Amino acid sequence: MLSLIVFLPALVAVALCAVPARAGTTVFASAWLAAGLAQLGLIAVVWAGLPASGYGFVERYAWIPSAGISYHVGVDGLSLPLLALTAVLFTATAVYTLRGIARPKGFVLLFLALQAVSAGLFVALDLILFFLFFDLSIVFMYFVIAGWGTGAPARRAALTFFLYTFLGSLALLLGFILLALAGPQVTFDIPTLAAQNPLAGGGGYAGLTLLVIGIGLAVKTPLFPFHTWLPPAHTEAPAAGSAILAAILLKMGTYGFVRIAMPLLPASWRQFALVAVVAGVVSVLWGALVALAQTDLKRMIAYTSVNHMGYVLLGLGAAGLITADDEQARQLATSGATYQMVSHGLITAALFLLAGSLHERGHTYEMSAYGGLATRTPRFAGLFAVAAFASLGLPGFSGFIAEFQIFAGALGAVPVATVVAVTGVLLTAALFLVAMGRMLSGDVRVPDAPGTPRPFPDLDARELLAIGALLVLATVLGLLPRVLLDVIEPAARTLGDLVTR
Amino acid sequence: MLLAVLIGLPAVAGAVLLLAHPARGATAAGVATAAATLALAVAAAATRPASEVSLLAGIRAGFAVDGLSAVLVVLVAAVLLAALVVAAAEPGLRTGRFHGLMLVFAAAMLVTVTATTLPALLMAWEVMGATSWALIGYRLDDRVAARAGTVAFLTTRAADLGLYVAAGAMLAGGAGAMALTDLAGLDGVWGDVAVAGVVVAALGKSAQLPFSFWLSGAMHGPSPTSALLHSATMVAAGGYLLLRIAPSLEAAGWAAPLVAWIGVATALLLGLVAAVQDDLKQLLAASTCSQIGFIVLAAGTAGVSAGALQTVAHAAAKSLLFLVAGLWLATLGTRSLTGGLRGAARRHPVVGAAFTVGALTLAGLPPFGLWVGKDAVLAAALGSSPALYLVGLVAGWTAAFYSGRALWFAWQPADRPATGAAPVRIPLPAVTTTVVLALAAAGAGILALGPVRPDPAPQVWELVLSGVLAGAGVLLVWRFAERVPTPGLLDRWLGLEAFALRYVVGPVVTLGAALAVVDDRVLARVPAGAASATSRLAAVVAGHGERGVDRAVAGLADGARALGRAARRPQTGQIHQYYAQASVGFALLAALAVLVIVVR
Repeated sequence: MLSLIVFLPALVAVALCAVPARAGTTVFASAWLAAGLAQLGLIAVVWAGLPASGYGFVERYAWIPSAGISYHVGVDGLSLPLLALTAVLFTATAVYTLRGIARPKGFVLLFLALQAVSAGLFVALDLILFFLFFDLSIVFMYFVIAGWGTGAPARRAALTFFLYTFLGSLALLLGFILLALAGPQVTFDIPTLAAQNPLAGGGGYAGLTLLVIGIGLAVKTPLFPFHTWLPPAHTEAPAAGSAILAAILLKMGTYGFVRIAMPLLPASWRQFALVAVVAGVVSVLWGALVALAQTDLKRMIAYTSVNHMGYVLLGLGAAGLITADDEQARQLATSGATYQMVSHGLITAALFLLAGSLHERGHTYEMSAYGGLATRTPRFAGLFAVAAFASLGLPGFSGFIAEFQIFAGALGAVPVATVVAVTGVLLTAALFLVAMGRMLSGDVRVPDAPGTPRPFPDLDARELLAIGALLVLATVLGLLPRVLLDVIEPAARTLGDLVTR
Repeated sequence: MLLAVLIGLPAVAGAVLLLAHPARGATAAGVATAAATLALAVAAAATRPASEVSLLAGIRAGFAVDGLSAVLVVLVAAVLLAALVVAAAEPGLRTGRFHGLMLVFAAAMLVTVTATTLPALLMAWEVMGATSWALIGYRLDDRVAARAGTVAFLTTRAADLGLYVAAGAMLAGGAGAMALTDLAGLDGVWGDVAVAGVVVAALGKSAQLPFSFWLSGAMHGPSPTSALLHSATMVAAGGYLLLRIAPSLEAAGWAAPLVAWIGVATALLLGLVAAVQDDLKQLLAASTCSQIGFIVLAAGTAGVSAGALQTVAHAAAKSLLFLVAGLWLATLGTRSLTGGLRGAARRHPVVGAAFTVGALTLAGLPPFGLWVGKDAVLAAALGSSPALYLVGLVAGWTAAFYSGRALWFAWQPADRPATGAAPVRIPLPAVTTTVVLALAAAGAGILALGPVRPDPAPQVWELVLSGVLAGAGVLLVWRFAERVPTPGLLDRWLGLEAFALRYVVGPVVTLGAALAVVDDRVLARVPAGAASATSRLAAVVAGHGERGVDRAVAGLADGARALGRAARRPQTGQIHQYYAQASVGFALLAALAVLVIVVR
């Protein structure tokens, strides 16, 4: 079942190769949309059949037995929400792409490949399989940015993105090899390594492994100071590319922490959890402060991603520092971190799609070029206001549930760091409100083509559907958190047990 | 169930109105929902329901209507209905967006006053702030209003961070369920942290010092919004929260006196600010901060029922005054007391009379509601500290001053000669509402005899003293209303906003810009630098390294060729030279053989 979910988009992509490129966007995007909906249906079946503990829908086939590598996939409460997020997000971008894109065949094929690879990463239970999907995602995203970005700056940004994150993935590979060699036999299998816990004693070797894996994941997450690839990559990527980059690819980094770094290196994680907390808090503040200074809308949203991922690391680091008997705090910190992954994916993707719509009409991301949009394009303004409030953590949206859990769980263990991180909530509020005040209120002002006023229509049905669906989901998860928490909490509890043993 | 409907009805109706924004019928829908909510509120106040839902791990969202909540639930619903009815008089406010936002706000306020656990309170608290932002910036083309809304939201959100910290402190201090009643019993320093966090958040929301300046900007919103949010309910929510946790304030030791003194200081200073304002709405806003200071004082001196009484009386009087100010703005086009509002009360006599009753109530004249309310609060303050009582008394006197001043200008004979045009009509529902509110404001004192009996009850001499002072204040200002000095600091609301902008906002923005430069020029250049260094290294390796290896290989070939040339030299063709070479060779071989035999 899981293999079908993972490879369905790839099969659809192979089938679409036969379709001639002049068939047009509608054909390709509709096929993509159908693949996404089918994937969602299958994931719903998996959701209903998820076991209360351990991995469900496990499949294992031998691949390179002499090196201890197998094709091993399975879902639990931590990966299923992210798998569902992948399907939801790619489906939403498919709807968004129905509006039209240049060279649709290549675009849709690349995104279908990305969809397969992303789904595969979240269900992978073998380190090398994880690494394979991790690297493939970088490759496909490179082509998206380089091919559908805007000219020479896009190629440069794509190259920076590729080389930086690829270097990170090599560090990750080194860490995986160190981890695999630590046990009695060489094995890259995650559940086996978790059960064996070969580096239970901590020490230099385990610390080195955690450092290397940590750096690899920190580049992807991204954490300060490895985040500088993100703003140019986001600014130059097409709207759908930015949405997927922010929503899915960044989660691969944080997911790596909860799937690999924490359960397989518990002693070292506990030993160095303060580093994770500090990195998280610095990212929170750095991302928010630098976002406050931005005048380019997409760069601003990119830096808020750095800010939001900082909260995830704060929660995960605090989970490593919370003593074994404070079950509730640890539960809150880890559930909050996972919830933030899902929430950030939905909300930031909506923001990037909105930015893309704005750029398509005004051909610039400069916020000072726009004014009075609430009067001119009320639907855009309304959705932007909702997305902005969701991103700054207003209750009623999923972001609040995530951040509240993280703060509540982490305050007892790292009070000073948490109080500092809480001010990040105020900074993001400031930057979004100032941006909204600039763009939405006052006299109507839109960038004009020289000579003729450019039409500036409001959002059309497809944009409304794509962006609205994401925000509706964010609202549902904000008002009815138990829907998602019932899936996450058992797995978070298991993770907590693994970390504290 | 009743609670779910009470909260759910305005929430859902408001959301529907916001999303659908119908061109017509929004007002009717809004008013109908408000009326239904009022009925439900009265039912809830009578039946006192309670319920809990599971929210997060071990944390529940609890709701209950007890004595304090019952009063407030009815208050919120009543003022909501009044505000929406009067809003119908302004054409610009007959939209789905306005009514939707007001209804969503009311739902959030109802959650705030019925919440028994901190997470539920925090969620509703923040939603109130968001709807306040949207309502202050209701006129979309007004950039000044939008900026004021931003200032209001950010100031209250800064204060609300205290609630986030308090939630974490409650968990760390052992109160995993985060019930508000658990605040008193937390272990160690976590108790102080939690109480401090809640106090900061409450002071921010209630526009007490030093956060008062945001309420000034909030006056850019429509007057029904000012009536509902920024006088009767949202700003009172902070005072309500402090009343709710009054036992924990006492338990914390340092908290109760701090809260009491901040309350009374705000009451005095903002009363003085109100006395010099020319804009009627600014006067009423400063007065709101001042009157809510009394509620905060009550919370700090454990006078919970006194505080509740003050809340109700103030809500009725202030919402009435704001609604009338809004009607005058709509019909006369001005908010300036010394300018266009001279004689405003004479233009529409019924509304003018209602305004008079409201102003006299606000002044604290007997037998109106705020006379009783304020004295109940001061009685509790006297029980705590005579200094508090004295300052509170002076603060109460300033209320007489500013209310009297507003009243004087409203009843002056109008400057301009009566024109031929008839004054703009105010719709009958609006007029009726003002009358009802006037009766409520006047009669709010009756509550002290029954449902909200203050404890300790004010003594007769206290009541007489404050009544005489209020009367004296009104008479004094009646004589000197035109010649009130207006020191700049008071006119500018104590310069708090400028201070905040210069010393809080300014440094943060500068820091952000500096970090952005560091990010672009330093951090981003590191990988770019590494990349160019790698390219240069590649050029060096390709240039020097490759050439070096090539030259070594070529040198090897040259050496071999040279050896070959050298090997050719002995082949001369001369036999005597061959003999010489052979004899040298044999001699060497013989020497070698001898050496081998000897060494063996």
